[in-house]
Amino acid sequence: MSVAGVRLELESLAKSYGGVPALRGVSLSVGDGKLVAVVGPSGCGKSTLLSLVAGLDAPDAGVIRIDGRVVNDLSPRERDVAMVFQSYALYPHMTVRRNLAFPLDVAGVPRREIAARVEEVAALLGLAPLLDRRPAALSGGQRQRVALGRALVRRPKVFLLDEPLSNLDAALRLGVRAELKKLHERLGATFVYVTHDQAEAMTLADRIAVLRDGALEQVGTPREIYGAPATAFVARFVGTPPVNLVAPEVLGLPEGPIDVALRPEDLRVSREAGAAGLAARVWLVEPMGSETWVTVERAGARLVARCEAAFDAPPGAPVRLGFDPRRLQRFERETGRRVVPDRPG
Amino acid sequence: MSPRTAWTIALPYLAFFLLPLGWLALTSFWPDAELARPLPSHLTLENHAAALAGGGLARAVLNSLLVSGATAALALALAAPAAFAIARLGVRGGRALLAAALAVSMFPPIATAAPLYAALRAARLLDTLPGLVLPYTSFSVPLALWLVTGTFRALPLELYRAARVDGCTPLGAFRRVLLPLAAPGVATAGLLVFVFAWNELLYAVTFLTSPSRRTVPVALALFGGEFRDPFVVLAAASMLATVPVVAIAVLFQRRVVAGLTAGAVKG
Repeated sequence: MSVAGVRLELESLAKSYGGVPALRGVSLSVGDGKLVAVVGPSGCGKSTLLSLVAGLDAPDAGVIRIDGRVVNDLSPRERDVAMVFQSYALYPHMTVRRNLAFPLDVAGVPRREIAARVEEVAALLGLAPLLDRRPAALSGGQRQRVALGRALVRRPKVFLLDEPLSNLDAALRLGVRAELKKLHERLGATFVYVTHDQAEAMTLADRIAVLRDGALEQVGTPREIYGAPATAFVARFVGTPPVNLVAPEVLGLPEGPIDVALRPEDLRVSREAGAAGLAARVWLVEPMGSETWVTVERAGARLVARCEAAFDAPPGAPVRLGFDPRRLQRFERETGRRVVPDRPG
Repeated sequence: MSPRTAWTIALPYLAFFLLPLGWLALTSFWPDAELARPLPSHLTLENHAAALAGGGLARAVLNSLLVSGATAALALALAAPAAFAIARLGVRGGRALLAAALAVSMFPPIATAAPLYAALRAARLLDTLPGLVLPYTSFSVPLALWLVTGTFRALPLELYRAARVDGCTPLGAFRRVLLPLAAPGVATAGLLVFVFAWNELLYAVTFLTSPSRRTVPVALALFGGEFRDPFVVLAAASMLATVPVVAIAVLFQRRVVAGLTAGAVKG
């Protein structure tokens, strides 16, 4: 089963609710068959964005184009988009089979074709044994698959997913995340994936759009977002443990109207006596199994480093810090915007 | 709360309602000649036969079933779509509408009896059953509207949005998804309206004049004038007239309980 993806374009989309702006001029283009993850903290406007694309809400300004066609004035049914909701929104009074058939039933698809397509989707998602159950008799992961199936069965042009994994427990989430990625590869459909979880966005997306207070901070590939964040906000938002964002003097650099950011994997912590580097003291040691996260204190600031698994030290132990200055990123303290480094010579 | 405590509280409460009903039932089987004795020597069905004699009571029960059923159906047909619009479509002035409905339902019926009488006479609906259904409906729509609006609000918003994305028009989402899920609340509202219409006396006695169009409360109220010694027969008539509404309540009981506790417990 595969679906021809289409291009989705958003132009200067704006929307406010009762005078409070939820989106302020968002422009985003999603190529056909691509998966774009829209990330940001709660209340940043991500869900509003999906509502506007789905046609559940009308924008105050801006244009939405699906496959080159302006859809602003079309009802949800005319837009041919499918959506997976955070709560799954399965119809509790219908069996799994009728839930899956519902969009086709509403569209007036002939009965025999509905049956065939429901079987196909059920086979794809492993739902065949559950077809005659009601949603209440399903586990969280099964409900999630039914919600996905109900979107798939329509073979829509665009899939909208609103925090589809956030109601699953942690163990299940990684498995379903991988399944989703394979599914997207197989379908070749256009996906807009909203999440507050930066790890989901990093692993799934072709491109990530970081939203903050209703405006886009940056749009880029996961590598760009991680390696060259456009703002301090983006830098802080991606990466686990989070980036070290401190005043330059903490890292022994000259003072200035900027903050510097250093990824935890770029900070070296050494216990050897007489080693070169900046003096600091251990504050917290967190073994993660494959590595150990070490938080150190220096000049009133805390910095996290990802160290080798064997690293161990009592709190308060003196250490030396080292880093490659080329790995540093600089952001204007006032605006949070990235300072493009002057290329030497 | 332990079952023992629960029963200690519930028993007096139940007794308050059920003992008079039990006494009424017993009286209805009491032989007329033994009315002065503390307890009857035997039970009889003569009173029930006397109450049914002439067909007036059966006719009244039928009239009440028609009026109450039509009132409940009409009130729900009006209230359910309105409640959906207020709860889910973000209709402007929805709150004001609910407040106005509440105000209307607070109006004392006695104050409207005379103007309604004039209006029904002008519409040539005086002394007809539809002439009773119309004012009953106007008085019960507010109650139904409040109950059903609450039921719709308790349904997750995402269900409505999912139905819309799945291709439903707003009305289609109402019919296919929200209404079936709101069924317990709708049934509760319907039953309460039905019982209200079944019990109503003031309008019925004011607007209906033909004996063949009397509803149950009117027939019972006017019983004394038609029978020589009606006490035990009146008891039998009251019992017989209560049976249909109790039967309907029992029939709907499971759904009504679900409706009254909707939202209290998840799932």
